Amino acid sequence: MTEHSDSSAQTGTFAVKRGLADMLRGGVIMDVVTADQAKVAEDAGAVSVMALERVPADIRRDGGVARMSDPALIEAIQEAVTIPVMAKARIGHFAEAQILEALQVDYIDESEVLTPADEAHHIDKWPFTIPFVCGATNLGEALRRISEGAAMIRSKGEAGTGNVVEAVRHLRSILGDIRRLTQADSAEQYGWAKQLGAPIGLVQEIARTGRLPVPLFCAGGLATPADVSLVMQLGAEAVFVGSAIFKSDDPARRARAIVEAAAHFADAEHVAKVSRGLGEAMRGEGPGTLTEHFADRGW
Amino acid sequence: MSVVTIGVLALQGDVREHLAALGQLGVTGRPVLTERDLDGLEGLVLPGGESTTLSLLLASSGLFDPVAAVIGAGLPVFGTCAGLVLLAREVRGGRPDQRGFGVLDCAVRRNGYGRQTESFETTVELSAGPNEPSGSMPAIFIRAPLIEEVGTDVEVLARASTPGTGELRPVVCRQGSVLASAFHPELTADRRLHQLFLAMVERAAVDRREPSGVAG
Repeated sequence: MTEHSDSSAQTGTFAVKRGLADMLRGGVIMDVVTADQAKVAEDAGAVSVMALERVPADIRRDGGVARMSDPALIEAIQEAVTIPVMAKARIGHFAEAQILEALQVDYIDESEVLTPADEAHHIDKWPFTIPFVCGATNLGEALRRISEGAAMIRSKGEAGTGNVVEAVRHLRSILGDIRRLTQADSAEQYGWAKQLGAPIGLVQEIARTGRLPVPLFCAGGLATPADVSLVMQLGAEAVFVGSAIFKSDDPARRARAIVEAAAHFADAEHVAKVSRGLGEAMRGEGPGTLTEHFADRGW
Repeated sequence: MSVVTIGVLALQGDVREHLAALGQLGVTGRPVLTERDLDGLEGLVLPGGESTTLSLLLASSGLFDPVAAVIGAGLPVFGTCAGLVLLAREVRGGRPDQRGFGVLDCAVRRNGYGRQTESFETTVELSAGPNEPSGSMPAIFIRAPLIEEVGTDVEVLARASTPGTGELRPVVCRQGSVLASAFHPELTADRRLHQLFLAMVERAAVDRREPSGVAG
């Protein structure tokens, strides 16, 4: 946080970090690997783009170590669009995060899709001016990330598969436990904190409010407008769509349809209309054929 | 005031906070997703969000023309951040195809305060008409639009110094029944801007009943 000499203005406060996540609600954040793809995403109505060198499906295919993107690529994408630009840092790799902050990306995703740099620790996110989003498969993981300073949580799902089942599992786990926690009495809340491995203060806050203290978005395996409608109805406040758009037959059209589905997720007629004749979705991979589960990364 | 229903454009953005703010002031908030949702409204809020996305969704949902029509007919409207961009006469640094309602005579620069690293919170001094809410209030600016010029018919109700340059710029403006802020009053607990908007809604209702305007 810095104080400006000429006024009382403060940057990097938690309200400012969380505020940007709030502005993205109801929208779609799209993975892009070139400036041209970023334009396609913006033209389709994306609220933000995630600047990557490879989409998760290709990271899976290629193997090897996946790292932060080349700054030149991130800058080219920042030049190409007017919407916020996010970029990924490896779990625990605070130096990559510092570089992304120096590049002035709008959000940093400390992401399990990249190869983790630290097997025990996530980044201490509080000292940064840039907000962070982190993945979670359950409520305990979400609260640990929030206690480290994350200003947005996304359920992890299984990136690069085109299969929504893991996204549903993680979203249901997080939201189901929140609903159960609101029924816990004050003594039971300590038991919840222990069981979740989460700070008691956050557990008490959720028991009182019935929601996470930051927005909850959904990621990992969403491929169709119907998938988006499903997770938004389950309680996701916005969606990340990765490989599914630019691995499909007609990316511009699918991107547009997914934006429409996020805005009108409760209107089945509208979702039906935008789903019609979209061409083939990404082929995808069933969970049985996966050799590596990205969602298991993170602690 | 009798039961008043205020619409909140609910295509994308921080809709829930505006609905909650209206609820706290005893007013019914209605999410607006289709043309039908505009029926019987006494005011409309355009929330924060991404203005490029909102502009596209307004067109694709068939809401753009009906919303333009009700605003043109004098329905009070309150835009925050992206909502201000949608109301401004001129948008700089936006997409060339971005459509707006153009009912607030000002020129705004999208993301004029910079990227998210430059987003900030501060306090601003609200100074409206007599018997209207005033005083200092917290203000959260998120990749906010910078109001670079205002027309002579626009009242500037608050200014804030721009971090870095220290220049004083308008951050809350009103023109007739159009109210707009560059920051997000819905993200803080201070309800004065929403109160000010509801006072405008009430005045518009009185004017509709007594078109001569003598009620003032």
